[in-house]
Amino acid sequence: MWEYTDKVKKYFTEPVNVGEVENPDGVGEVGSLACGDALKLTFKLGEDGKIADAKFQTFGCASAIASSSALTELVKGMTLEEAEKLTNKDIADFLGGLPKEKMHCSVMGEEALQAAIRNYRGLEPLPQAEGEVVCQCFGVTDQEIEKVARTNDLHSVEEITNYTKAGGGCGECVDKIQAILDRVWETTPKPVEVTPPAAKKKPLTNIQKMKLIEETLEREVRPALKADGGDIELIDIDGDNVLVSLRGRCSSCAASAATLGQFVQSKLREFVSDDLKVQEVKP
Amino acid sequence: MSGERVIYMDNNATSQVAPEVVAAMLPFFAERYGNPSSMHNFGGQVAAKVDAARAQVAELLGASPEEIVFTSCGTESDNTAISSALASQPGKRHIVTTRVEHPAVLNTCQSLATQGYDVTFLKVDRQGNLDLEALAEAIREDTALVSVMWANNETGVVFPAEEIAEICAAKGVLFHTDAVQAVGKVPMNLSNTAISMLALSGHKLHAPKGIGVLYVRKGTPFVPFMKGGHQEHGRRAGTENVPYIIGMGAAAQLAAQYLEEENTRVRALRDRLEAGLLEVEATMVNGDLERRLPNTSSVSFEYVEGESILLHLSSQGICASSGSACTSGSLEPSHVLRAMGVPFTAAHGSIRFSLSIYNTDEDVDHVLEHMPGIIEQLRTMSPFWSKYQQTKCATPGYVEP
Repeated sequence: MWEYTDKVKKYFTEPVNVGEVENPDGVGEVGSLACGDALKLTFKLGEDGKIADAKFQTFGCASAIASSSALTELVKGMTLEEAEKLTNKDIADFLGGLPKEKMHCSVMGEEALQAAIRNYRGLEPLPQAEGEVVCQCFGVTDQEIEKVARTNDLHSVEEITNYTKAGGGCGECVDKIQAILDRVWETTPKPVEVTPPAAKKKPLTNIQKMKLIEETLEREVRPALKADGGDIELIDIDGDNVLVSLRGRCSSCAASAATLGQFVQSKLREFVSDDLKVQEVKP
Repeated sequence: MSGERVIYMDNNATSQVAPEVVAAMLPFFAERYGNPSSMHNFGGQVAAKVDAARAQVAELLGASPEEIVFTSCGTESDNTAISSALASQPGKRHIVTTRVEHPAVLNTCQSLATQGYDVTFLKVDRQGNLDLEALAEAIREDTALVSVMWANNETGVVFPAEEIAEICAAKGVLFHTDAVQAVGKVPMNLSNTAISMLALSGHKLHAPKGIGVLYVRKGTPFVPFMKGGHQEHGRRAGTENVPYIIGMGAAAQLAAQYLEEENTRVRALRDRLEAGLLEVEATMVNGDLERRLPNTSSVSFEYVEGESILLHLSSQGICASSGSACTSGSLEPSHVLRAMGVPFTAAHGSIRFSLSIYNTDEDVDHVLEHMPGIIEQLRTMSPFWSKYQQTKCATPGYVEP
């Protein structure tokens, strides 16, 4: 039996803000039936630009329900800028703490909020759009792991599992999680020195564009794929369409295939041109 | 928790110690504390009582007293059986077991698999049944042991242990069965079977925690797990846990008496409970309905999560278990339900009710009174439930699953 605080118990047995906001401004859905918990958050902005109403629907255990309800209470009255800064820690603190094995419930709340804000801004939901999927069982990316490690000062794989579930399934990604933690803590502070190429906003000639695409793939994309046993090959560039082919483990891995296109595209858009579209062609 | 009435329907986890058992045990703490191995009469009288308890257990199982070894728990009995089979047949390094075993066997075998032993984990079908032909085919020249549970702790599905024992005997292979859930609920007469070893646990049949039994058929090669003194005829070292052995004997005698009631009155209670629960929309029973323990019902309430259900039940004084991830101590739902291919929509919302002779009609009424409201409340909150409702409305000719 878990040791829940009285506040967790209260928000579990008498949750507030259950349901969906009518005509919501933002909708965030995270988790899945397979994972064992899921949260759908809806919010509506008031005329003052602050969150006027927020409601949740949650499938999950007592701490997932309590965290979701707590989240809706916390964000009401916040501007989106304020809400964006809310972390899983705020949710856990609001509830007087959660058992460590249940911290992932608070992380799910933070992710749903981020997803809802991104939805309001017309962006893709966070976890599917950025980063490389490290834990295939629960679909957790390296960026999520990094963020939760920094926010909550986590140093062990076990803690990462408690907060994100990553590593809690087949356990195959445990070494990769350790590598991420090593990177986060041993080389901290490591501001990622990304100097956007000066040419980015200038119109590029075709030659320049091709060269920049090749460089970006080489520098930003290939190392990440190789770390995962895969590779990428540039097949052709047709106007703004970049045709690539995935090699090795990447090509057969359904979980990463879905996110990979978006990952490559986001990198190319960041470093080359906002108009690029990545298409995968079979080798 | 209201602190008033406790409706205990978690007997596959542990059971109430019978008052008769407690009464039988009490004199052996402060008054008759002699060591059965001692040469004096004070200890010798205790030895006679230990033998009487051994005879009681043998009677329940249809075995001879010499075939009964007292251990500390069911897990020790399982570990002893497996390690003995390997140690007594050093050339044989293969084990056949199933994917749905209790961790006492499953994790032991998984650990052996990392130590150079070869383990075949047999599949089960959607109803949780084994394919006996596949089992026979899995047995090889170097198979040291087949270990298959008699009844599953989560679903109550009963495997044909006696039939499996025959298959193994015909191939000259030892057969061990974890019968922790079956003893006292399934009639058995081991003298008429080919079962080599059988594990049982006291606290599942109204004895206290901390006492188990390993049945070792006469003529079965045996190497002890606990090494040391000569206790238990050299098969389990360590001073006998006398009060608990006495309790085990008393519980075995009671179990023999209650076997019929388990299969009539308790079964009827379980069936009425299950029928009532199935009236809740989108629910299903896990496991073969026919080949099942009389006291167990694993019901899945789709689109809701088990821990939430258990906590609401608990606040009504009702004790049950779940195979959901949040309660399994891991992040994935029960290995038994996954092996059966129970969909995730249902595995996370599975609740196991396991009854005993101490349950009453009023207990069943109480659960049936509260359960529909609990499920409805949680479903109102579940994003998947509203999606499921929409699909249902949008699908012409939709039939309830």
